[in-house]
Amino acid sequence: MRFYIPQDTTALALGSESVAGALQTAGIEPLRNGSRGLFWLEPLLEVETDQGRIGFGPVTAKDIPSIIDALQTDPSSHDLYQGEVAEIPYLKSQQRLTYARAGLGDPVCLDNYQSLSGFNGLKKALQMTGQQIVDQVKDSGLRGRGGAAFPAGIKWQTVLNCDSDQKYIVCNADEGDSGTFADRLVMEADPYQLIEGMIIAGLAVGANQGYIYLRSEYPVAHKLLNIAIERAIQANFLGENIQGSGKTFHLEVRLGAGAYICGEETSLLESLEGKRGMVRAKPPLPAIEGLFGKPTVVNNVLTLAAISSILDQGADHYQNFGMGRSRGTLAIQLAGNIKRGGLIELAFGVTLREVVEEYGQGTYSGRPIRAIQVGGPLGAFLPESQWDTPMDYEAFAAIKAMIGHGGIVVFDDTADMAAQARFAMEFCVVESCGKCTPCRIGSVRGVEVIDRIVANENRENNLILLHELCDTMEMGSLCAMGGMTPFPVRSALAHFSSDFTGQGRGDN
Amino acid sequence: MGISQNEQQSITDLVGQYQALPGGLLPLLHAIQGDIGYVPDSAVPIIAKGLNLSRAEVHGVISFYHDFKTSPVGRHTVQVCRAEACQSMGSRQLEAHAKQTLGIDYGETTADGAVTLEPVYCLGNCACSPSIRIDDAIYARVDRDRFDDLVSGLSSEKGAAK
Repeated sequence: MRFYIPQDTTALALGSESVAGALQTAGIEPLRNGSRGLFWLEPLLEVETDQGRIGFGPVTAKDIPSIIDALQTDPSSHDLYQGEVAEIPYLKSQQRLTYARAGLGDPVCLDNYQSLSGFNGLKKALQMTGQQIVDQVKDSGLRGRGGAAFPAGIKWQTVLNCDSDQKYIVCNADEGDSGTFADRLVMEADPYQLIEGMIIAGLAVGANQGYIYLRSEYPVAHKLLNIAIERAIQANFLGENIQGSGKTFHLEVRLGAGAYICGEETSLLESLEGKRGMVRAKPPLPAIEGLFGKPTVVNNVLTLAAISSILDQGADHYQNFGMGRSRGTLAIQLAGNIKRGGLIELAFGVTLREVVEEYGQGTYSGRPIRAIQVGGPLGAFLPESQWDTPMDYEAFAAIKAMIGHGGIVVFDDTADMAAQARFAMEFCVVESCGKCTPCRIGSVRGVEVIDRIVANENRENNLILLHELCDTMEMGSLCAMGGMTPFPVRSALAHFSSDFTGQGRGDN
Repeated sequence: MGISQNEQQSITDLVGQYQALPGGLLPLLHAIQGDIGYVPDSAVPIIAKGLNLSRAEVHGVISFYHDFKTSPVGRHTVQVCRAEACQSMGSRQLEAHAKQTLGIDYGETTADGAVTLEPVYCLGNCACSPSIRIDDAIYARVDRDRFDDLVSGLSSEKGAAK
């Protein structure tokens, strides 16, 4: 029997290290896998048995003796028994492409990766021209998963078309949105998939240097990525003459320093250059003048990770998932006040209600859901009347909301939405890069005006003022930070106006 | 604030190590902070000279990023997540409790030098909120009792190395 206990951030944060310790005390050396993303079951202990790979969760160190006993007799008799892990409905009903390997084995084991179709996409890409690879990405319909949903193939084509002695691939791993952890899960549970996607990107556009810009809040991902890169270099998947192809690609992880704005691509490039993370005006596009002024592909972790399976399984296979112009799968991250939070990879088109009610099973507190924020701190707060919206970029844009990076944060009925609106402005005060006035000053004024409204000070006029301020921020800001901070504010005002009366949480 | 000759030397060595790295200022600042615990003011002219930047540019970068500290911090750094997912699970109450228990505000260090308290905007552990980070370890589902348990151990180990 082989035992698996995850080593990703969430499992560690819930005590998986002490579970591993208890197993070792019992004379069992567990394999440290990544998480499957079923965080409500973490730490999830998996055991390879004659009856398949079964799970127990959430386990603590003190459960280990009784689990070992049950394994000798009848595993299903144990209270924490979850049956065969692959058959758990939460997992089985998903359409996993990017997360197909997550949690199956040791994330930094190259043999494990290759035994699960790893590097198959790269092997195909090595036989193709740059243009053929870019055409595959275009045909797949893949759109950038960072939030802006720009077609990845078009961006790549722009970089490919540039005539330059030096080009770069930059992975945006500055996953700062609250309620998101999909990038982290890729990097901690299947880092080679990202590395493979970046090598393919380099082959496609003619770049020989890549950087992963990783947020410093992810120490576990940092450690695992560095191990994976080192091993990929040893095995000649990175460096000079990759697998005898004559092609070169170098890859390095660079750590951010706690600035949310560096998730914005131009700010990220400034930061990578060793400067303040100040947003650049566009044009020029980073695809034409990016890192150190050279043509640069900047893609999110999930975008680059998807490349491996697109090249391996074909553009058509990927394109067959999804709805409308949103093709492929979406990594939905269910978080906040939710009973069963975790990573849910599904084709675009599932409704928000299906996600929170069927997968999430309602709130953690057991109280009714009041509001759902989708797409991070710049996303709108959605009242129940909007929960039947399908998760699709265009459908969300139509209700002035956004899918963004796919994070869903659930609030129960104790949430004070005026306080949340105030926080949206406050967050912008803290994290604005300061380059443009609507964002830098507008956010400060926004906090003040909301405070006056809640204090019933010249209420009607201050409400008008807040809307005008939001207009200024939306239309006058250089990037999405100032431009979208009004989304949560306005949605809170529109749908939860009774919270703004100074009596705390209202009734609507 | 004065630094020792050893620290001065280690800064000079690190500058030498990173000065040829493209975009090397952030990695250099991380390395100095990893070594000394903060980026002392006296490091600024050494960095500026080594990287061919103005002192204002170096200062500008240090002050832009939340991570970089310009004065000594506690032996342990405790970060409380303030972002929305954690708020939905009671992090506002948790942060009030943290400040009260430690007797300090954000950005301050306890009198015994054990703990510096900081806000953080998302640890990416949002399905099991609220979360805190102590040095490089992240903890999930932290209520007041768990916070007290985790933090009490930090103050008791007197003078332990960071």
